Amino acid sequence: MEMLVASAVGVLTAGGVYLILRLRAFPVILGLALLSYAVNVFLFSTGRLAIDAPPVLSKYGDATYSDPLPQALVLTAIVISFGMTAVLVMIALGAYLEADHDRIDMTDTDDDSAAAEKEREA
Amino acid sequence: MSHWIVAPVVLPALLAPVIAFVMRHDIPLARAASFAGTIALAAIAVGLTVMAAGGDTFAYDLGGWPAPFGIVLVLDRLSAAMVLLTAILALIVLFHAVATGWDARGRHFHALFQFQLMGICGAFLTGDAFNLFVFFEVLLIASYGLMIHGGGRVRLQAGLQYVVMNLAGSTLFLFALGTLYASTGTLNIADLAEKVRDLPVEDAALIRTAAILLMVVFAIKAALFPVQFWLPGTYSNAPAPVAALFAIMTKVGAYAIIRVHTLVFGPDVAVTEGLTGTWLMPAAVATLAIGAVGVLGARRLMPLLSFSVVGSMGTMMLAVAAFTPYATTSALYYLLHSTFSAAALFLLADLVVARRPAGDLLAARAPTVQNGLFAALFFAGAIGMAGMPPLSGFLGKLMILDALSGTVWMTTAWVAILLGSLLIIVGFARAGSVLFWKSTALAPAEPAPAPVVPEAETEAAPNAGPEAMRRPANAMEVAPTLAALAMLVVLAAAAGPVTDYLEAAAGQLYDRSGYVEAVLGGAGEVQE
Repeated sequence: MEMLVASAVGVLTAGGVYLILRLRAFPVILGLALLSYAVNVFLFSTGRLAIDAPPVLSKYGDATYSDPLPQALVLTAIVISFGMTAVLVMIALGAYLEADHDRIDMTDTDDDSAAAEKEREA
Repeated sequence: MSHWIVAPVVLPALLAPVIAFVMRHDIPLARAASFAGTIALAAIAVGLTVMAAGGDTFAYDLGGWPAPFGIVLVLDRLSAAMVLLTAILALIVLFHAVATGWDARGRHFHALFQFQLMGICGAFLTGDAFNLFVFFEVLLIASYGLMIHGGGRVRLQAGLQYVVMNLAGSTLFLFALGTLYASTGTLNIADLAEKVRDLPVEDAALIRTAAILLMVVFAIKAALFPVQFWLPGTYSNAPAPVAALFAIMTKVGAYAIIRVHTLVFGPDVAVTEGLTGTWLMPAAVATLAIGAVGVLGARRLMPLLSFSVVGSMGTMMLAVAAFTPYATTSALYYLLHSTFSAAALFLLADLVVARRPAGDLLAARAPTVQNGLFAALFFAGAIGMAGMPPLSGFLGKLMILDALSGTVWMTTAWVAILLGSLLIIVGFARAGSVLFWKSTALAPAEPAPAPVVPEAETEAAPNAGPEAMRRPANAMEVAPTLAALAMLVVLAAAAGPVTDYLEAAAGQLYDRSGYVEAVLGGAGEVQE
């Protein structure tokens, strides 16, 4: 199982990094989502992988229980990454509608045309 | 246990939703509320600083849960000073945003501003690594909103880039925290400090990975060398008052590095020995070099100022990377200084850029209405940023040079700082002469200080909305810039008391057992 979880984290991370490096809004958003899935699975495994263990405390019997803290961390991380993705999608949409392209990187010509634009406006 | 410790977090957190939901259509009311909140925050911060100046470390258990299990806020001299710095800067920036009408150019400025303050104060006060992540997210999500405040194509694009960069950074932060938890079983900073010490050296690999990951995350925030590239694009496209407020955001990263890498991964801890020095010092030198060259090469004013911020972070991190109490004292003094000097320059740039048809392009154009005044203010700000006497930057750099003398990095650091300062001076001198000096020679037809004549329609700005450009900045608009510059004067004049305080703060920082006892000591009593 360790192998499975570890490779899942690895594959998700690799995919996420690859997509982020595409530098177009949609792949980057997907890539960040993949990365956040990877980190969620990773956080789960930080409390040691356990099967059939009660979630917090074992009232009946002396079986060991699984570590509850990573679960709380994952929950927080999920909520935050969900909110952040929503914000990111909104900003990306706004930038796409304003600029007519969805490139993430900014080039020097962008900067200069912005200055020229400002000058024209003024 | 004083409840005032949690006030810098709770006050903006309560105020912001009220502003967002109740006062969103009522700008005057929102302004009043935002001012009241920020002034109250400043007052609380002064109170906390007085409280912390006594030398005690105060721990505040949120929800009454004892320390290693619940989340704690910790107030010591350093965190109190940082909260005070945030509050004063916020007051100056807010004044500027209101006086120039920046806050009315988009929606929810004041709500986002308060959320931003909540995140920053929380990040300074928290004593828990995961809670630090949460406060980072709070301040980041507010900064995304502030960054694109006012809209516009380039600003939205720069904002998107900033958000993507920071989201990737947040993921990295979570990986670091996961690794930390997996190897120590705790995320409370005081508890970590104890646990990391007890780790056997053969198990060092995982914790060293975590330490480096954390350093990379904080380096993103502090704009250190391999991950500094987001800063110029962000700061130069953000609304100027927001860029001035962001001057404190890089310091959050620096603060986190100082806090975590003295308490948890201190230079004397066996498992992470030599880690910070090896990586932080070269990164700081490279950062300073990039900042200085950037200042020299910038073709526009806002990127020039952004690169000067990068340079000042490099200078500061040189002192941080030495990890001795005296070096940390000098780094903290320089931190205070560089926050205010960056803010002063960004606020001034806003006044100038709004009155130039060419925006912030560094090219000689017809002088602005108050060329003389702006030139004088820019001169003062540049002196501050470049670290020339008589302002506080000189004292800060002198202390850093002094603190680094005798260490193994002395030659590298001295050369970097002195050469970097020279380049920054040249860059600022060039920008100032192009912006303010050559312009007077270019258009003698329009005497700068003369009162505005309505029919003075020169060809300098033919298709302009010239009314706004011609309007001289009134006293209210200049006041925040002057206030930020005045803080540099105050820092220089009161350098003695300030460094005494910071020296005590640095001493407290290196007194690991005091911190641990203050946070975990109470918990022991509860358990027994």
